[in-house]
Amino acid sequence: MTINNSTTAYTLGNMTLGQACCTPVPHLQIKKLSIAYAGNTVLDDVSLDIYKGCITALIGPSGCGKTSFLSSLNCLLALIPQASVTGHIYFDRDDIIHDAIDTMRLRRRIGMIFQKPNPFPLSIRRNLTLPLREHGVRNRYLLAEKVEQALKDVGLWDEVKDRLDGSALALSGGQQQRLCIARALVLEPEILLMDEPCSALDPIASGVVESLIKRLQGRYTVVIVTHNLAQARRVANYAAFFWMKERVGTLIEFGRCVNVFEHPRNPLTLAYVRGQAG
Amino acid sequence: MPERMFTLLIWGAALLVTGALLWLLADTVLQGVAHLSWAFIVDAPEHAGRDGGIGPILVSTLCILGVALLVSLPLGLGAAIWLAEFSRQGGFLGQIIRLSLDVLAGVPSIVYGLFGNAFFSLFLGFGFSILSGGLTLACMIIPVFIRSCEAGLSAIDHGWRHGALALGMSRSTAVWYILLPAAAPAIIAGLMLGIGRATAETAALIFTSGYVDRMPESWMDSGRALAVHIYDLSMNVTGGNAAAYASALVLVTLIVLLNVLAQAMTDRWVKRRIFSA
Repeated sequence: MTINNSTTAYTLGNMTLGQACCTPVPHLQIKKLSIAYAGNTVLDDVSLDIYKGCITALIGPSGCGKTSFLSSLNCLLALIPQASVTGHIYFDRDDIIHDAIDTMRLRRRIGMIFQKPNPFPLSIRRNLTLPLREHGVRNRYLLAEKVEQALKDVGLWDEVKDRLDGSALALSGGQQQRLCIARALVLEPEILLMDEPCSALDPIASGVVESLIKRLQGRYTVVIVTHNLAQARRVANYAAFFWMKERVGTLIEFGRCVNVFEHPRNPLTLAYVRGQAG
Repeated sequence: MPERMFTLLIWGAALLVTGALLWLLADTVLQGVAHLSWAFIVDAPEHAGRDGGIGPILVSTLCILGVALLVSLPLGLGAAIWLAEFSRQGGFLGQIIRLSLDVLAGVPSIVYGLFGNAFFSLFLGFGFSILSGGLTLACMIIPVFIRSCEAGLSAIDHGWRHGALALGMSRSTAVWYILLPAAAPAIIAGLMLGIGRATAETAALIFTSGYVDRMPESWMDSGRALAVHIYDLSMNVTGGNAAAYASALVLVTLIVLLNVLAQAMTDRWVKRRIFSA
């Protein structure tokens, strides 16, 4: 199965082991992606497929380019001065690096959740209606309906339905992060990029957000960066292991989560998932 | 013991500063309130200000301030937004502009007065007028206002900018609906600083809006500002002290009122931005 005729699905690891968790249809195809800041390469030659409806976890030590990789997928990296991206990222027949694409539309289709919850300093309702209005939804009833649906999707509706006009900043950290996820979902994206969405949260809030991420599987394609290996194992269908080689980040192994954790092909992966390296 | 000394020192410093301010205020109020009346506020001055009131002067002051704010608010906000949001980080142009603004903010007001006289009054032919005075004050306020707004915008958490962009929102939406309301406290602080400086200004106005204490009839008329009036009464007019104190009291009250008004208007604006569905 391919999206682009000139490219084929790219996988690493033994695909026959373990239960098939979702169909590996590529949603994003990344080919020979390299990222450099001011001429210093931080990530080199990464090729990998992100499968539709699956949760892909990016694991590896700090500083190996996982976050840079993630923010290149919605063209957010291009905003950083001196950052340069080479290679190809195919999404819906377009190469989002080289083709002239509408980045505003792209970011509507590929949402992003950040490490630190970043609800806007507005009311809870307005956090959700502002992006909707920006994308042309003006009808009051439709807006109200979408707000309710998004908040229900993230399990926040019962907690906040009586104070939709209160400040979003008054919510707890876990609630703020779920509001941010709702804010991304309200635009009905196809892909969600998550950059360590639980690392700034306490264990209970982290557990709530994690179960929410699990429920996104199937409806959305999720790419999640996490330092919590146990979490990656619990939520992800696929795992990509990044590592630093000569101070440049690179992809070491990609495959079904269970394979990467139970039967890694690369000794580096084995050492990392067993906690002996990194 | 050192701990106690430290506490004592801090308390001492705080009391000294507030004390000095309170003394100043009390002096103005005590000496000014006797001469103050409704007639004083609305009447025209007589005998070089010894008698009569400050009606036309109050009107001129507000007009000059109005011109200054009308010009400096949009220009200052626009420049601050460009510097904080759109200029390239560490870019040459941005650095040069910041440096120029810092230098300009430190220039004595008399120099602005001379510049305003040469440029607005003579070169552009506005003469001694409310327009010249207001524009000169605008030049004086703008550098401080821009730097204050820029500092406010730059202090905003980057998470909001990235969040807005990641949602496919345009930068203008992010600035207008998220960043400006978040920077509102700094913008108000800059605005109040500007209002305070402009209302209290004498040196920059003597050469630009002039001395004439009649009721102004248009923007091109000369008008005497309150601060100029106080300066004149206390320095050049014998027997003008009582009127000077009363005018000073009016000036202080005016600045307080303007600050309260600016705060209230911004509060309303921020609330509307935040809560309108």
